[in-house]
Amino acid sequence: MTTPILQVQNLKKIFTRNGQSDFLAVDGVSFDVAPGECVGLIGESGSGKSTVANMIARLLNPTGGQIFLDGEDVTKTDVRAVCRKVQMIFQSPQESFDPRRTLGDGIGESLLTAGEPASETAEEVARLLEAVGLSSDFMCRYPHEVSGGQCQRAAIARALAIEPKLLLCDEATSALDVTVQAEIVSLLSHLMRGHGMACLFICHDIALAQSFCDRILVMYRGKIVEEGLPDEVIQSPKQEYTKMLIDSVL
Amino acid sequence: MAVPEPTVRETVIRGSNGKTRLCFFGVMAALLIVSAVFSENLCPYDPYLQDLDAALQQPSAAHIFGTDRYGRDMLSRVIVGSRTSIFSTFLLVAIITTFGTAIGVFCGWARGRADNLLMRVSDLCLAFPGLVFALAVAGVLGGGLSNAVIALAMISWPKYARIARSQTLSVRETSYLKAARLAGCSTSRLILKHILPNIAGPILVTATLDVGTMMMELAGLSFLGLGAKPPTAEWGSMMSETRGLLQTVPWAVFAPGIAIFIAVMVFNLLGDAVRDWMDPKMRVKS
Ligand SMILES: Nc1ncnc2c1ncn2[C@@H]1O[C@H](COP(=O)(O)OP(=O)(O)OP(=O)(O)O)[C@@H](O)[C@H]1O
Ligand SMILES: [Mg+2]
Repeated sequence: MTTPILQVQNLKKIFTRNGQSDFLAVDGVSFDVAPGECVGLIGESGSGKSTVANMIARLLNPTGGQIFLDGEDVTKTDVRAVCRKVQMIFQSPQESFDPRRTLGDGIGESLLTAGEPASETAEEVARLLEAVGLSSDFMCRYPHEVSGGQCQRAAIARALAIEPKLLLCDEATSALDVTVQAEIVSLLSHLMRGHGMACLFICHDIALAQSFCDRILVMYRGKIVEEGLPDEVIQSPKQEYTKMLIDSVL
Repeated sequence: MAVPEPTVRETVIRGSNGKTRLCFFGVMAALLIVSAVFSENLCPYDPYLQDLDAALQQPSAAHIFGTDRYGRDMLSRVIVGSRTSIFSTFLLVAIITTFGTAIGVFCGWARGRADNLLMRVSDLCLAFPGLVFALAVAGVLGGGLSNAVIALAMISWPKYARIARSQTLSVRETSYLKAARLAGCSTSRLILKHILPNIAGPILVTATLDVGTMMMELAGLSFLGLGAKPPTAEWGSMMSETRGLLQTVPWAVFAPGIAIFIAVMVFNLLGDAVRDWMDPKMRVKS
């Protein structure tokens, strides 16, 4: 058996808020993601999905548990140690680009910080933009000058720039309308096949997860309550909560 | 569908075109600065040359603002005084903006104990009445313009620290900053390339508005004898020197007073114009 690209063991996050009782946002979550696999993480708003993703990307420190990336324990490291292997696509595309800098600056930043010279970076950015179906003049545009769908394409280009092994999509399509959503999803699946990348696909649309993912995890109040193949989970849900979730969509 | 009538608010906003105002006051401020730089070449007489025969003359063609009690030409002194007044104000504003922003960004970024400590220190500085503090500093360090600048700087930086801190706190939670961290940026790159450009707007506006205020405060301290020392030409101290003559030779107080009034006005209105121009809603309109 190959080692999983991502291994999460008993992950916990407690938010302490001033003057309020502690809040257990993620409560003992464990799962694996195999290389090239696409795992869907679904659950209602506030169930802790983004918190899990942020902890995996090391943007947030877990209160307990362990995260293994490519077999290596990264629980105690910071974001710079994992950013060559993990990239993330955020919920609202426009807000994920610095309003004061161009899309090209944003896409090329990870290449620059990796020490690539500026001239080569520009070429690479143009190539990446082409791969996600944008012309190279988007390089000089600011986030407010492009549509949400175009911006999310640029965000995908940014995430792919350093060819990560794992892509975290945190509701990457929620802010887009249905037709654009379909375009972005097919672009993502096409690119992931091409790169052999694994993906943790977070969304709250169970139908989308069914069509896109190899496996589904259902999260409820900080816990994973159900896990299985998409069709299994939808046809014969074991948990009351999953049933409710499916009934509310279908 | 009929185009809706513009609302009163829109009409007023369009009427007072932000960009024109910005340019106008920008040019005015630039004129003041240029005249301050070239003040020595601009003034008709030597501002420090005493001529007791010509003391306390009324305004005339030769001396537009008259002369003071040592026979020095008031117009020349006002022009040369602009250099001291304007540049010491700029220096002061530059110091408090840089220092306050640095502290604020540090606090917002580091948070925790260091943040708490520095914010309590800033509360302490804010709690002092400016004049009392300046008197205390003058008592310890002695009077003089540079000490007046130091005293004002020590009580004025917290405003900038607070703005920078709250802005930094909100920027660090944005997804574009998370994306930048995931791009492998070092802390210094995050701060220089992402945080500072995004928090600069409100800080610059505050700084521009503060030029007028600080000019007043410095002139006030000089007036009380805690700032520029005679014979240095400085507007506040010039008013102070001549205030005993207000009844007999009012023009001598009038000239530096008008100069302070105009300079403070121009920089305040420029600050307003910058603020309006920075407002994103205004920018969409233009
Ligand atoms: N920085 C924080 N401080 C305190 N509580 C937080 C913080 N971030 C998230 N939470 C809480 O943790 C819980 C989980 O949040 P999270 O963002 O992971 O939810 P989510 O599943 O991604 O929801 P959504 O689908 O709306 O994005 C929420 O109840 C939220 O209020
Ligand atoms: Mg979320």
